[in-house]
Amino acid sequence: MASEAPAAAPAVDVLPETAGVHWRPRVDDARLRRVGMLWTLTTAAHVVPFLGAATLLMWLNPLALPVALACVAHAWVIPELYARRGANVLRPRARAGDEPERRSVGLLGDLVDHDARELHAATGLVLEPGRLGTWLVGEGGAMLLAGRRVYCWCVRVDTRVKAEKALPSGDRIAHLLLALRADEQGFATVANLSFAGARWRLRRRVGPEMRPAIRAAEGLHDDTRSTAPS
Amino acid sequence: MSKLIRMDHTGHSTLAEWTSDDPAAVEAAVRAFRAELDRGYLGMVSTGPGHAEQVRELPVDAPLVILRLPISGG
Repeated sequence: MASEAPAAAPAVDVLPETAGVHWRPRVDDARLRRVGMLWTLTTAAHVVPFLGAATLLMWLNPLALPVALACVAHAWVIPELYARRGANVLRPRARAGDEPERRSVGLLGDLVDHDARELHAATGLVLEPGRLGTWLVGEGGAMLLAGRRVYCWCVRVDTRVKAEKALPSGDRIAHLLLALRADEQGFATVANLSFAGARWRLRRRVGPEMRPAIRAAEGLHDDTRSTAPS
Repeated sequence: MSKLIRMDHTGHSTLAEWTSDDPAAVEAAVRAFRAELDRGYLGMVSTGPGHAEQVRELPVDAPLVILRLPISGG
């Protein structure tokens, strides 16, 4: 983490960007659990009818096997598509030139500790413990491990200011990281939730190069949960 | 030596450097900071491991002040 901290104590500051989404309730632990539960119910609402239809068809007439299999395939594909959408927030974006990339990664390195720097070099993701859970920050969003669920948030840097050109990868992550550190709940409020669900669903959908970061986040998160006072 | 940097398409640009005992350099840094705020940038300082704070005035004693763009849901 940054070593050049001024003496001032950390202050709770509300992200100014939350004013742009004033209709959204501020995300906290309870809201996160509710949203996660809603996603689980939605997934069940997609899966159960298809599985039920497949079972019914087979019970009515075994010759309906092809249609029943199509129903099972739908029940499998729909949650997988949601998980894929979640995994996309961690996907790397287009690279800038070599020099901007090098400079941006150097600045990002100044904001995180040695372990996080190494993990970023290997996976392109930055591990950040938070109050809501354990975060993995990428170029196009962030993943949050909270409880037994994973939440994927899609966030972008608003480069419309003076038509600012596209940012290099390290700067995109540094923007999100600083906003997250300033106001974690505000960050989750501004971001668009693209997936919430079981960890295994997401793990299968991220690229192999990013899986060490997922494992590191799960390890840190599970350690934190097991040592947290009940 | 404190620094004001802006994250931009070049990686980052150093807009000002100052020490608190150099009023002219501080004044130049304050002007540069306000100009970027007027453009829509947000000033950030690290306030400890895992913590950052948005600042609306240049904190002269902070070793590093970073200007970032706003974020929005993607």
